[in-house]
Amino acid sequence: MAGIVIIGGGHAGFQCIDSLRKGGYTGSIALIDAEPHLPYQRPPLSKSYLLDGADPNTLLFRAESWFAEQSVALHLGRRAEAIERAAKQVRLDNGQTIAYDQLVLAPGAQLRPLAVPEEVAGDVHYIKSLDDINGIRARLDAVEEIVVVGGGFIGLEFAATAVKLGKRVTVLVRGERILAQSVTPELSAFMQARHREQGADIRLHSRIETVTRRREGRLTVTTSDGRTLACDLLVAGIGVTPDTRLAEQAGLDCEQGILVDRHCRTRDPSIWAAGDAVCCEHPMAGRRTRIESVQNAVDQARVIAANICGEDARYDAVPWFWSDQYEYKLQMAGLHQGYDRVVQRGDMDSGKFTLFLYRGEQLIAVHTVNKPADHMAARKLLAAGISPTFAEAADEGCKLNALLKR
Amino acid sequence: MSRVTYIDFAGNTTELDLANGMTLMQGAVMNGIDGIEGECSGSCACATCHCYIDEAFLDKLPEMSENEDELLDGTVSERLPNSRLSCQIRMSDALDGIVVRLPEEQS
Repeated sequence: MAGIVIIGGGHAGFQCIDSLRKGGYTGSIALIDAEPHLPYQRPPLSKSYLLDGADPNTLLFRAESWFAEQSVALHLGRRAEAIERAAKQVRLDNGQTIAYDQLVLAPGAQLRPLAVPEEVAGDVHYIKSLDDINGIRARLDAVEEIVVVGGGFIGLEFAATAVKLGKRVTVLVRGERILAQSVTPELSAFMQARHREQGADIRLHSRIETVTRRREGRLTVTTSDGRTLACDLLVAGIGVTPDTRLAEQAGLDCEQGILVDRHCRTRDPSIWAAGDAVCCEHPMAGRRTRIESVQNAVDQARVIAANICGEDARYDAVPWFWSDQYEYKLQMAGLHQGYDRVVQRGDMDSGKFTLFLYRGEQLIAVHTVNKPADHMAARKLLAAGISPTFAEAADEGCKLNALLKR
Repeated sequence: MSRVTYIDFAGNTTELDLANGMTLMQGAVMNGIDGIEGECSGSCACATCHCYIDEAFLDKLPEMSENEDELLDGTVSERLPNSRLSCQIRMSDALDGIVVRLPEEQS
Protein backbone atom coordinates (compact mmCIF):
# COMPACT_ATOMS: atom_id res chain seq x y z
CA MET A 1 0.00 0.00 0.00
CA ALA A 2 1.39 3.37 -1.05
CA GLY A 3 0.04 5.39 1.84
CA ILE A 4 -0.34 9.12 2.31
CA VAL A 5 1.87 11.78 0.80
CA ILE A 6 1.76 15.33 2.12
CA ILE A 7 3.20 18.23 0.15
CA GLY A 8 4.09 21.13 2.44
CA GLY A 9 5.43 20.99 6.01
CA GLY A 10 3.79 24.11 7.42
CA HIS A 11 1.02 24.17 10.00
CA ALA A 12 -1.41 22.25 7.77
CA GLY A 13 1.07 19.58 6.70
CA PHE A 14 2.33 18.98 10.20
CA GLN A 15 -1.15 18.91 11.75
CA CYS A 16 -2.29 16.39 9.18
CA ILE A 17 0.48 13.99 10.22
CA ASP A 18 -0.28 14.40 13.92
CA SER A 19 -4.04 14.00 13.46
CA LEU A 20 -3.65 10.99 11.16
CA ARG A 21 -1.59 9.15 13.76
CA LYS A 22 -3.86 10.20 16.63
CA GLY A 23 -6.82 9.10 14.51
CA GLY A 24 -5.35 5.62 14.25
CA TYR A 25 -3.94 5.69 10.73
CA THR A 26 -1.04 3.23 10.72
CA GLY A 27 -0.05 3.25 7.03
CA SER A 28 2.95 5.02 5.64
CA ILE A 29 3.23 8.81 5.58
CA ALA A 30 5.69 10.83 3.51
CA LEU A 31 6.20 14.56 3.92
CA ILE A 32 7.73 16.67 1.14
CA ASP A 33 8.89 20.22 1.79
CA ALA A 34 11.13 22.51 -0.21
CA GLU A 35 12.63 24.01 2.94
CA PRO A 36 15.53 22.08 4.44
CA HIS A 37 14.21 22.38 8.01
CA LEU A 38 12.10 20.11 10.18
CA PRO A 39 8.51 21.44 10.28
CA TYR A 40 8.42 24.60 12.39
CA GLN A 41 5.96 27.16 13.66
CA ARG A 42 5.84 30.45 11.81
CA PRO A 43 3.91 32.84 14.11
CA PRO A 44 6.92 33.57 16.37
CA LEU A 45 9.12 34.54 13.40
CA SER A 46 7.97 38.15 13.28
CA LYS A 47 7.71 38.40 17.06
CA SER A 48 9.48 36.50 19.83
CA TYR A 49 11.99 34.70 17.62
CA LEU A 50 13.30 37.99 16.35
CA LEU A 51 13.07 39.76 19.69
CA ASP A 52 14.66 37.20 22.01
CA GLY A 53 17.13 35.71 19.58
CA ALA A 54 15.65 32.34 20.52
CA ASP A 55 17.11 29.00 19.54
CA PRO A 56 15.50 27.90 16.23
CA ASN A 57 14.86 24.50 17.80
CA THR A 58 12.21 26.10 20.01
CA LEU A 59 10.17 26.70 16.83
CA LEU A 60 9.94 23.03 15.90
CA PHE A 61 6.57 21.32 16.10
CA ARG A 62 8.29 18.11 17.15
CA ALA A 63 11.80 16.88 17.73
CA GLU A 64 13.33 14.89 14.87
CA SER A 65 13.02 11.65 16.85
CA TRP A 66 9.23 12.00 16.90
CA PHE A 67 9.02 11.77 13.10
CA ALA A 68 11.08 8.59 13.20
CA GLU A 69 8.91 7.13 15.97
CA GLN A 70 5.81 7.94 13.95
CA SER A 71 7.35 6.37 10.81
CA VAL A 72 7.11 9.55 8.78
CA ALA A 73 9.45 9.64 5.77
CA LEU A 74 10.80 13.19 5.53
CA HIS A 75 11.79 14.54 2.12
CA LEU A 76 13.10 17.93 3.22
CA GLY A 77 14.82 20.41 0.91
CA ARG A 78 13.00 18.68 -1.94
CA ARG A 79 10.56 20.37 -4.28
CA ALA A 80 7.58 18.48 -5.63
CA GLU A 81 7.79 19.04 -9.38
CA ALA A 82 4.61 17.35 -10.54
CA ILE A 83 1.59 15.37 -9.46
CA GLU A 84 1.09 12.47 -11.85
CA ARG A 85 -2.54 11.69 -11.15
CA ALA A 86 -2.92 8.75 -13.51
CA ALA A 87 0.01 6.96 -11.90
CA LYS A 88 -0.91 8.33 -8.44
CA GLN A 89 2.58 9.53 -7.75
CA VAL A 90 4.48 12.74 -7.00
CA ARG A 91 7.67 13.53 -8.88
CA LEU A 92 10.41 15.32 -6.94
CA ASP A 93 13.06 17.71 -8.23
CA ASN A 94 15.69 14.95 -8.02
CA GLY A 95 13.65 12.71 -10.29
CA GLN A 96 12.47 10.44 -7.49
CA THR A 97 8.79 9.46 -7.53
CA ILE A 98 6.67 8.75 -4.46
CA ALA A 99 3.45 6.81 -4.89
CA TYR A 100 0.30 7.75 -2.97
CA ASP A 101 -3.12 6.38 -2.18
CA GLN A 102 -4.14 9.74 -0.77
CA LEU A 103 -2.37 13.01 -1.46
CA VAL A 104 -2.63 16.07 0.78
CA LEU A 105 -1.69 19.41 -0.73
CA ALA A 106 -0.57 21.98 1.81
CA PRO A 107 1.71 24.15 -0.31
CA GLY A 108 0.84 27.42 1.41
CA ALA A 109 1.28 30.77 -0.24
CA GLN A 110 3.97 32.61 -2.11
CA LEU A 111 5.29 36.04 -1.25
CA ARG A 112 4.12 38.91 -3.34
CA PRO A 113 7.37 40.51 -4.44
CA LEU A 114 7.90 44.24 -4.08
CA ALA A 115 8.12 45.86 -7.51
CA VAL A 116 11.64 47.28 -7.56
CA PRO A 117 14.38 47.37 -10.22
CA GLU A 118 16.24 44.10 -10.56
CA GLU A 119 19.56 45.49 -9.31
CA VAL A 120 18.08 46.15 -5.87
CA ALA A 121 15.68 43.18 -5.69
CA GLY A 122 18.23 41.31 -3.58
CA ASP A 123 18.17 44.12 -1.00
CA VAL A 124 14.48 43.62 -0.21
CA HIS A 125 13.85 41.35 2.77
CA TYR A 126 10.66 39.39 3.38
CA ILE A 127 9.16 37.73 6.42
CA LYS A 128 7.91 34.28 5.66
CA SER A 129 10.40 31.51 6.21
CA LEU A 130 12.92 30.77 8.93
CA ASP A 131 15.69 31.51 6.44
CA ASP A 132 14.14 34.91 5.67
CA ILE A 133 14.13 35.81 9.35
CA ASN A 134 17.59 34.40 9.99
CA GLY A 135 18.79 36.64 7.15
CA ILE A 136 17.25 39.65 8.86
CA ARG A 137 18.45 38.58 12.30
CA ALA A 138 22.03 38.26 11.09
CA ARG A 139 22.02 41.86 9.89
CA LEU A 140 19.94 43.46 12.59
CA ASP A 141 22.74 44.49 14.96
CA ALA A 142 24.26 46.67 12.25
CA VAL A 143 20.92 48.23 11.33
CA GLU A 144 19.62 51.52 12.67
CA GLU A 145 16.99 52.64 10.20
CA ILE A 146 14.37 50.38 8.69
CA VAL A 147 11.70 50.95 6.06
CA VAL A 148 8.78 48.52 6.16
CA VAL A 149 6.44 48.36 3.18
CA GLY A 150 2.95 47.18 4.07
CA GLY A 151 0.48 47.94 6.85
CA GLY A 152 -0.83 44.42 7.39
CA PHE A 153 -0.19 42.12 10.34
CA ILE A 154 3.21 40.87 9.23
CA GLY A 155 4.65 44.29 8.47
CA LEU A 156 3.30 45.78 11.69
CA GLU A 157 4.45 42.91 13.90
CA PHE A 158 7.90 43.24 12.43
CA ALA A 159 7.79 47.04 12.87
CA ALA A 160 6.78 46.67 16.53
CA THR A 161 9.57 44.18 17.16
CA ALA A 162 12.12 46.40 15.46
CA VAL A 163 11.00 49.44 17.48
CA LYS A 164 11.39 47.39 20.67
CA LEU A 165 14.92 46.54 19.54
CA GLY A 166 15.67 50.26 19.37
CA LYS A 167 15.49 50.70 15.60
CA ARG A 168 14.07 53.72 13.80
CA VAL A 169 11.18 52.40 11.76
CA THR A 170 9.10 53.92 8.99
CA VAL A 171 6.09 51.98 7.72
CA LEU A 172 4.72 52.78 4.27
CA VAL A 173 1.01 52.02 4.00
CA ARG A 174 -0.67 52.18 0.62
CA GLY A 175 -4.19 52.93 1.82
CA GLU A 176 -5.86 55.23 4.28
CA ARG A 177 -5.38 53.05 7.36
CA ILE A 178 -3.36 50.12 8.69
CA LEU A 179 -4.92 46.63 8.89
CA ALA A 180 -7.60 47.82 6.49
CA GLN A 181 -8.62 44.35 5.37
CA SER A 182 -8.65 42.78 8.80
CA VAL A 183 -10.17 45.08 11.39
CA THR A 184 -12.62 47.95 11.77
CA PRO A 185 -11.56 51.60 11.30
CA GLU A 186 -11.81 52.09 15.10
CA LEU A 187 -9.29 49.36 15.77
CA SER A 188 -7.03 50.56 12.95
CA ALA A 189 -7.00 54.01 14.49
CA PHE A 190 -6.27 52.60 17.94
CA MET A 191 -3.30 50.56 16.70
CA GLN A 192 -2.04 53.38 14.51
CA ALA A 193 -1.90 55.63 17.58
CA ARG A 194 -0.06 52.92 19.56
CA HIS A 195 2.56 52.52 16.82
CA ARG A 196 3.07 56.25 16.62
CA GLU A 197 3.40 56.71 20.37
CA GLN A 198 6.01 53.93 20.43
CA GLY A 199 7.97 55.82 17.81
CA ALA A 200 7.14 54.08 14.53
CA ASP A 201 6.54 56.54 11.71
CA ILE A 202 3.38 55.28 9.99
CA ARG A 203 3.00 56.91 6.57
CA LEU A 204 -0.45 56.51 5.04
CA HIS A 205 -1.19 56.84 1.30
CA SER A 206 2.45 56.16 0.72
CA ARG A 207 4.04 53.86 -1.84
CA ILE A 208 7.61 53.18 -2.67
CA GLU A 209 8.74 54.90 -5.87
CA THR A 210 12.47 54.28 -6.20
CA VAL A 211 15.10 52.30 -4.35
CA THR A 212 18.78 53.12 -4.82
CA ARG A 213 21.72 51.32 -3.29
CA ARG A 214 24.26 53.64 -1.71
CA ARG A 215 27.08 51.72 -0.14
CA GLU A 216 27.02 48.16 1.15
CA GLY A 217 23.71 47.63 2.85
CA ARG A 218 22.62 51.26 2.73
CA LEU A 219 19.59 52.20 0.64
CA THR A 220 17.74 55.34 -0.32
CA VAL A 221 14.00 55.02 -0.81
CA THR A 222 11.73 57.66 -2.29
CA THR A 223 7.99 57.51 -1.73
CA SER A 224 4.87 58.63 -3.56
CA ASP A 225 4.18 61.18 -0.81
CA GLY A 226 7.42 62.95 -1.62
CA ARG A 227 9.75 61.66 1.03
CA THR A 228 13.33 60.50 0.72
CA LEU A 229 14.28 57.94 3.35
CA ALA A 230 17.68 56.46 4.02
CA CYS A 231 17.66 53.01 5.55
CA ASP A 232 19.87 50.02 6.30
CA LEU A 233 17.10 47.49 5.87
CA LEU A 234 14.10 47.36 3.57
CA VAL A 235 11.42 44.87 4.52
CA ALA A 236 8.27 44.14 2.52
CA GLY A 237 5.13 42.56 3.92
CA ILE A 238 2.68 43.17 1.09
CA GLY A 239 0.81 39.92 1.09
CA VAL A 240 0.93 36.52 -0.46
CA THR A 241 -0.73 34.61 -3.27
CA PRO A 242 -1.90 31.00 -3.00
CA ASP A 243 0.57 28.48 -4.35
CA THR A 244 -1.61 26.68 -6.86
CA ARG A 245 1.22 25.70 -9.24
CA LEU A 246 1.14 21.95 -8.70
CA ALA A 247 -2.63 21.74 -8.47
CA GLU A 248 -3.13 23.69 -11.69
CA GLN A 249 -0.53 21.65 -13.55
CA ALA A 250 -2.33 18.53 -12.40
CA GLY A 251 -5.61 19.83 -13.80
CA LEU A 252 -7.31 20.39 -10.45
CA ASP A 253 -9.83 23.24 -10.22
CA CYS A 254 -8.33 26.46 -8.91
CA GLU A 255 -10.03 29.80 -8.41
CA GLN A 256 -8.33 32.19 -5.98
CA GLY A 257 -6.86 29.02 -4.54
CA ILE A 258 -7.16 25.25 -4.81
CA LEU A 259 -10.87 24.52 -4.77
CA VAL A 260 -12.04 21.93 -2.25
CA ASP A 261 -15.44 20.86 -0.96
CA ARG A 262 -16.54 21.08 2.67
CA HIS A 263 -14.62 17.87 3.34
CA CYS A 264 -11.45 19.61 2.07
CA ARG A 265 -11.33 17.24 -0.89
CA THR A 266 -10.51 18.38 -4.44
CA ARG A 267 -12.36 17.16 -7.52
CA ASP A 268 -9.96 14.18 -7.51
CA PRO A 269 -11.22 11.91 -4.72
CA SER A 270 -7.65 10.91 -3.79
CA ILE A 271 -6.41 14.50 -3.40
CA TRP A 272 -7.14 16.80 -0.49
CA ALA A 273 -5.93 20.30 0.25
CA ALA A 274 -5.55 22.49 3.34
CA GLY A 275 -4.18 25.84 4.42
CA ASP A 276 -3.36 29.18 2.84
CA ALA A 277 -3.57 27.81 -0.71
CA VAL A 278 -7.14 26.58 -0.35
CA CYS A 279 -10.41 28.18 -1.37
CA CYS A 280 -13.36 26.55 0.35
CA GLU A 281 -17.01 27.09 1.24
CA HIS A 282 -17.39 28.25 4.80
CA PRO A 283 -20.80 28.43 6.48
CA MET A 284 -19.93 31.70 8.22
CA ALA A 285 -18.86 33.31 4.94
CA GLY A 286 -21.79 31.98 2.94
CA ARG A 287 -19.49 31.70 -0.04
CA ARG A 288 -16.15 30.34 -1.08
CA THR A 289 -13.34 31.98 0.81
CA ARG A 290 -9.61 31.67 1.26
CA ILE A 291 -8.35 32.30 4.77
CA GLU A 292 -4.69 32.89 5.57
CA SER A 293 -4.29 31.79 9.16
CA VAL A 294 -2.82 29.15 11.41
CA GLN A 295 -6.30 28.21 12.61
CA ASN A 296 -7.56 27.63 9.08
CA ALA A 297 -4.54 25.50 8.20
CA VAL A 298 -4.78 23.43 11.37
CA ASP A 299 -8.54 22.91 11.31
CA GLN A 300 -8.65 22.00 7.61
CA ALA A 301 -5.83 19.51 8.17
CA ARG A 302 -7.78 17.97 11.06
CA VAL A 303 -10.81 17.60 8.79
CA ILE A 304 -8.73 15.84 6.13
CA ALA A 305 -7.15 13.47 8.64
CA ALA A 306 -10.54 12.63 10.14
CA ASN A 307 -12.00 11.91 6.71
CA ILE A 308 -9.06 9.72 5.71
CA CYS A 309 -9.55 7.86 9.00
CA GLY A 310 -13.12 7.12 7.98
CA GLU A 311 -15.14 9.89 9.60
CA ASP A 312 -17.45 12.30 7.83
CA ALA A 313 -15.89 15.61 8.89
CA ARG A 314 -16.70 19.01 7.41
CA TYR A 315 -14.82 22.25 7.74
CA ASP A 316 -16.97 24.64 9.71
CA ALA A 317 -14.67 25.82 12.53
CA VAL A 318 -15.00 29.44 13.65
CA PRO A 319 -12.12 31.36 12.07
CA TRP A 320 -9.79 33.06 14.52
CA PHE A 321 -6.55 34.93 14.33
CA TRP A 322 -4.20 36.81 16.59
CA SER A 323 -1.41 39.34 16.42
CA ASP A 324 1.01 40.67 19.04
CA GLN A 325 2.24 44.24 18.62
CA TYR A 326 4.06 45.91 21.55
CA GLU A 327 2.10 44.95 24.65
CA TYR A 328 -1.15 44.68 22.69
CA LYS A 329 -2.64 41.33 21.88
CA LEU A 330 -5.20 41.58 19.09
CA GLN A 331 -7.51 38.65 18.61
CA MET A 332 -10.13 38.28 15.94
CA ALA A 333 -12.87 35.65 15.97
CA GLY A 334 -15.36 35.11 13.15
CA LEU A 335 -15.45 36.78 9.74
CA HIS A 336 -16.24 40.48 9.93
CA GLN A 337 -16.87 41.25 6.26
CA GLY A 338 -20.32 42.78 5.84
CA TYR A 339 -20.77 44.00 9.41
CA ASP A 340 -23.05 46.99 9.88
CA ARG A 341 -22.75 47.68 13.59
CA VAL A 342 -19.96 47.79 16.15
CA VAL A 343 -20.71 47.52 19.87
CA GLN A 344 -17.80 48.33 22.16
CA ARG A 345 -17.20 46.87 25.60
CA GLY A 346 -14.54 48.51 27.74
CA ASP A 347 -12.65 51.74 27.38
CA MET A 348 -10.11 52.03 24.55
CA ASP A 349 -7.93 54.27 26.72
CA SER A 350 -7.47 51.39 29.16
CA GLY A 351 -5.82 49.38 26.38
CA LYS A 352 -8.23 46.49 27.01
CA PHE A 353 -11.48 46.32 25.09
CA THR A 354 -13.73 44.19 22.95
CA LEU A 355 -15.56 45.07 19.75
CA PHE A 356 -18.66 43.04 18.85
CA LEU A 357 -19.42 43.19 15.13
CA TYR A 358 -22.96 42.53 13.97
CA ARG A 359 -24.77 42.12 10.70
CA GLY A 360 -28.29 43.08 11.64
CA GLU A 361 -28.81 41.48 15.02
CA GLN A 362 -26.50 38.58 14.31
CA LEU A 363 -23.06 38.58 15.86
CA ILE A 364 -20.55 37.75 13.09
CA ALA A 365 -17.18 38.63 14.60
CA VAL A 366 -15.51 39.77 17.80
CA HIS A 367 -12.24 41.71 17.89
CA THR A 368 -10.45 42.09 21.19
CA VAL A 369 -7.40 43.93 22.46
CA ASN A 370 -5.79 42.41 25.56
CA LYS A 371 -9.00 40.56 26.36
CA PRO A 372 -8.07 36.94 25.61
CA ALA A 373 -10.83 35.57 27.82
CA ASP A 374 -13.46 37.52 25.85
CA HIS A 375 -11.89 36.13 22.66
CA MET A 376 -12.17 32.55 23.88
CA ALA A 377 -15.78 33.09 24.98
CA ALA A 378 -16.58 34.81 21.67
CA ARG A 379 -15.37 31.79 19.73
CA LYS A 380 -17.79 29.64 21.68
CA LEU A 381 -20.67 32.09 21.15
CA LEU A 382 -19.98 32.25 17.41
CA ALA A 383 -19.73 28.46 17.15
CA ALA A 384 -23.06 28.10 18.95
CA GLY A 385 -24.66 30.85 16.84
CA ILE A 386 -25.55 32.86 19.95
CA SER A 387 -25.83 36.63 19.52
CA PRO A 388 -25.79 38.74 22.67
CA THR A 389 -28.13 41.72 22.53
CA PHE A 390 -26.35 45.03 21.86
CA ALA A 391 -26.93 45.98 25.50
CA GLU A 392 -25.42 42.72 26.75
CA ALA A 393 -22.43 43.17 24.46
CA ALA A 394 -21.74 46.65 25.80
CA ASP A 395 -22.16 45.67 29.46
CA GLU A 396 -18.88 44.68 31.11
CA GLY A 397 -20.89 43.11 33.93
CA CYS A 398 -22.48 40.62 31.53
CA LYS A 399 -20.34 37.46 31.54
CA LEU A 400 -20.04 36.13 28.00
CA ASN A 401 -19.60 32.55 29.14
CA ALA A 402 -22.93 32.77 30.98
CA LEU A 403 -24.69 33.54 27.68
CA LEU A 404 -23.60 30.16 26.37
CA LYS A 405 -26.03 28.43 28.67
CA ARG A 406 -28.98 30.05 26.93
CA MET B 1 19.11 21.16 31.08
CA SER B 2 16.52 20.76 33.80
CA ARG B 3 14.26 17.82 34.47
CA VAL B 4 10.49 17.94 34.21
CA THR B 5 7.96 15.20 34.85
CA TYR B 6 4.66 15.34 33.00
CA ILE B 7 1.77 13.26 34.32
CA ASP B 8 -1.24 13.08 32.00
CA PHE B 9 -4.84 12.68 33.09
CA ALA B 10 -4.67 8.89 32.73
CA GLY B 11 -1.62 8.81 35.00
CA ASN B 12 1.04 8.20 32.32
CA THR B 13 4.34 9.69 33.39
CA THR B 14 7.01 11.13 31.06
CA GLU B 15 10.32 12.49 32.31
CA LEU B 16 12.22 14.87 30.05
CA ASP B 17 15.36 16.96 30.30
CA LEU B 18 14.60 20.33 28.76
CA ALA B 19 17.02 23.06 27.81
CA ASN B 20 16.74 26.04 30.14
CA GLY B 21 14.68 28.74 28.45
CA MET B 22 12.30 26.30 26.81
CA THR B 23 8.72 26.53 28.07
CA LEU B 24 6.84 23.68 29.71
CA MET B 25 4.39 23.86 26.77
CA GLN B 26 7.17 23.54 24.17
CA GLY B 27 8.74 20.63 26.02
CA ALA B 28 5.47 18.73 26.09
CA VAL B 29 4.37 19.52 22.55
CA MET B 30 7.73 18.89 20.88
CA ASN B 31 7.96 15.51 22.50
CA GLY B 32 4.46 14.53 21.50
CA ILE B 33 2.93 14.42 24.96
CA ASP B 34 -0.84 14.36 24.61
CA GLY B 35 -2.80 16.60 26.88
CA ILE B 36 -1.21 19.91 25.92
CA GLU B 37 -2.20 21.59 22.68
CA GLY B 38 -0.67 25.08 22.59
CA GLU B 39 -2.63 26.12 19.53
CA CYS B 40 -1.42 29.76 19.67
CA SER B 41 2.27 28.77 19.56
CA GLY B 42 2.78 30.01 23.10
CA SER B 43 1.63 33.60 22.88
CA CYS B 44 -0.72 33.39 25.87
CA ALA B 45 -3.77 33.69 23.66
CA CYS B 46 -5.71 30.46 23.83
CA ALA B 47 -5.57 28.54 27.14
CA THR B 48 -5.01 25.15 25.50
CA CYS B 49 -1.79 24.51 27.44
CA HIS B 50 -3.43 24.54 30.87
CA CYS B 51 -1.58 22.53 33.49
CA TYR B 52 -1.45 21.95 37.24
CA ILE B 53 1.91 22.68 38.87
CA ASP B 54 3.43 20.77 41.75
CA GLU B 55 2.74 22.81 44.91
CA ALA B 56 6.41 22.75 45.92
CA PHE B 57 7.32 24.81 42.85
CA LEU B 58 4.48 27.33 42.86
CA ASP B 59 6.48 30.11 44.50
CA LYS B 60 9.36 29.65 42.04
CA LEU B 61 7.17 30.45 39.02
CA PRO B 62 7.07 33.79 37.21
CA GLU B 63 4.19 35.99 38.29
CA MET B 64 0.95 35.50 36.43
CA SER B 65 -0.01 38.21 33.93
CA GLU B 66 -3.52 39.61 33.83
CA ASN B 67 -4.07 37.92 30.46
CA GLU B 68 -3.04 34.54 31.80
CA ASP B 69 -5.27 35.00 34.83
CA GLU B 70 -8.29 35.83 32.64
CA LEU B 71 -7.63 32.93 30.29
CA LEU B 72 -7.40 30.49 33.16
CA ASP B 73 -10.93 31.57 34.15
CA GLY B 74 -12.14 30.10 30.86
CA THR B 75 -10.30 26.78 30.73
CA VAL B 76 -12.25 23.67 29.72
CA SER B 77 -10.99 21.63 32.67
CA GLU B 78 -11.48 23.09 36.13
CA ARG B 79 -9.18 25.87 37.28
CA LEU B 80 -7.44 24.99 40.55
CA PRO B 81 -5.20 27.12 42.77
CA ASN B 82 -2.14 25.55 41.08
CA SER B 83 -3.40 26.10 37.51
CA ARG B 84 -1.04 27.83 35.08
CA LEU B 85 -0.58 28.13 31.34
CA SER B 86 2.48 26.07 30.54
CA CYS B 87 3.56 28.42 27.71
CA GLN B 88 4.28 31.08 30.31
CA ILE B 89 6.76 29.01 32.33
CA ARG B 90 10.34 28.74 31.11
CA MET B 91 12.61 26.03 32.41
CA SER B 92 15.49 27.12 34.62
CA ASP B 93 17.76 25.57 37.24
CA ALA B 94 15.27 26.70 39.89
CA LEU B 95 12.58 24.52 38.30
CA ASP B 96 14.75 21.40 38.02
CA GLY B 97 12.61 18.46 39.14
CA ILE B 98 9.24 20.14 38.58
CA VAL B 99 6.16 17.93 38.26
CA VAL B 100 3.40 19.04 35.89
CA ARG B 101 -0.04 17.42 35.85
CA LEU B 102 -2.14 17.70 32.72
CA PRO B 103 -5.90 18.24 32.73
CA GLU B 104 -8.48 15.95 31.16
CA GLU B 105 -9.30 18.34 28.32
CA GLN B 106 -7.85 21.47 26.74
CA SER B 107 -10.49 22.45 24.18
